[in-house]
Amino acid sequence: MKAVITVIGKDAVGILAKVSTICAENNANVIEVTQSVLQDMFAMIMLVDITGLSSDFPKLQDTLTALGDSLGLKITTLHEDIFNTMHSI
Amino acid sequence: MINVYDILETIRMIQDECLDIRTITMGISLLDCIDSDIDKACTKVYDKITRCAENLVKTGESIEKEYGIPIINKRLSVTPIAMISAACDADPVKFAHTMDKAAASCGVNLIGGYSALVQKGFSAGDERLIRSIPRALAETERVCSSVNIGSTKTGINMDAVKLMGGIVREAAELTVDNRCFGAAKLVVFCNAVDDNPFMAGAFHGVGEPDCIINVGVSGPGVVRSALRKYPDANINELADIIKKTAYKITRVGQLVGVRASEALGVPFGIVDLSLAPTPAVGDSVAYILEEMGLEKCGCAGTTACLAMLNDAVKKGGVMACSRIGGLSGAFIPVSEDAGMIAAAECGSLLIEKLEAMTAVCSVGLDMIVIPGDTPAEVISGIIADEAAIGMVNSKTTAVRVIPAVGCKEGDVLDWGGLFGRGPVMNVNKFSPAAFINRGGQIPAPLHSLRN
Repeated sequence: MKAVITVIGKDAVGILAKVSTICAENNANVIEVTQSVLQDMFAMIMLVDITGLSSDFPKLQDTLTALGDSLGLKITTLHEDIFNTMHSI
Repeated sequence: MINVYDILETIRMIQDECLDIRTITMGISLLDCIDSDIDKACTKVYDKITRCAENLVKTGESIEKEYGIPIINKRLSVTPIAMISAACDADPVKFAHTMDKAAASCGVNLIGGYSALVQKGFSAGDERLIRSIPRALAETERVCSSVNIGSTKTGINMDAVKLMGGIVREAAELTVDNRCFGAAKLVVFCNAVDDNPFMAGAFHGVGEPDCIINVGVSGPGVVRSALRKYPDANINELADIIKKTAYKITRVGQLVGVRASEALGVPFGIVDLSLAPTPAVGDSVAYILEEMGLEKCGCAGTTACLAMLNDAVKKGGVMACSRIGGLSGAFIPVSEDAGMIAAAECGSLLIEKLEAMTAVCSVGLDMIVIPGDTPAEVISGIIADEAAIGMVNSKTTAVRVIPAVGCKEGDVLDWGGLFGRGPVMNVNKFSPAAFINRGGQIPAPLHSLRN
């Protein structure tokens, strides 16, 4: 089982580090990261394996959303199925 | 990895363009609850509903969270109560109270099925149930009611049409303190379907399994945003864009339906391929039509645009899910669609135009507020006209009009929430009373020599 974390907002120091730390704390393995900074807008998409989560998925979602709120970023954590289902036949 | 643009598109659809699952509706058969003692029957009904739907809301919420897709309503539909109450020689309103209580206990906001199917005539219990509808709707909060008065195979039961004109009026009169809300929970159908997940017309047909999950999708905002990107596209290209968008929307419905079915241990029924508007700005079917190039919904060209939209939504959706059913098509409820409300208020959208539009889309004259002094015979006439369109075109049509008792043309009834607000619309004042009072049955139409 995998999840997609998207982070969008104003660029700042340590965003990637903070998101990865939360993933590590919850035993979510980061598989792939794409990141871009256009002007000062930061956009990152991270694919993580959530099979061996030490907590449950809703808790990981809430923790990341709270991190986003504290940094002024929009962080969305969703099960990968919704993307696969919507964009493939 | 999944394409970055696809990921961002999905997130934009959900966060900015009002993509949502409109409803997960659990259909529950009550045929095993029939008992000649109404108290025993009601106990069985309550127990069965609360047993089957115990985890419906909880499961819906957990899917919502996992996929980040809002599921606006979790609802219930049951076997038409006229079939259950026929065995009891007692006031069927007791069943409505039982349904209301069971729905409250499961945490759902609406339950459909206080219904009767009388397209060819009244069987035992049908007429008693129909006459009790206004009281049932006035005395309960969550119960919705529907009556099927015609079909392509049977023709139209004009005795039922006559009766329903009065019932719609009475439903409004008994709830005049609540902005005539009773009539907003009552639908009169021709060619009613067994697996409709949408309220107020949902009921669980007799050919359906014991318990089933049906899903209704939404997404007018997504379609409009997609069209907006192509202001110079021709109609073929527009149809293709709508198909692709409908595919994506419907895929989400399929995913949610499959997950809900697994989690609840209940078979997955159908996805209703629909564009269901809400009063939220940006979630309107009328605005899609205007995006196609109409100055205002209701002007010349509206029916053609809607026909294309409706067809493209189905073509896109068909490939996206395993089983399709329900009402499947674009809905045009006036009070629940910000663009329709605006068009009606500025005089562009008239009931006559809406009637024409119902010939090419799902589902009928829906959530239309009419003057409070409209006589029952005129409402019956509206029902008969709409049923005739459904009967001849082999499609579902329905009437949900709300006589605004004490209000006149230009006033507004505002219910808030998903039911929205509706301006009182003008109705032709001449009377069809002599025609309606004849009674009888309009024979089923011929299916060859079609013109």
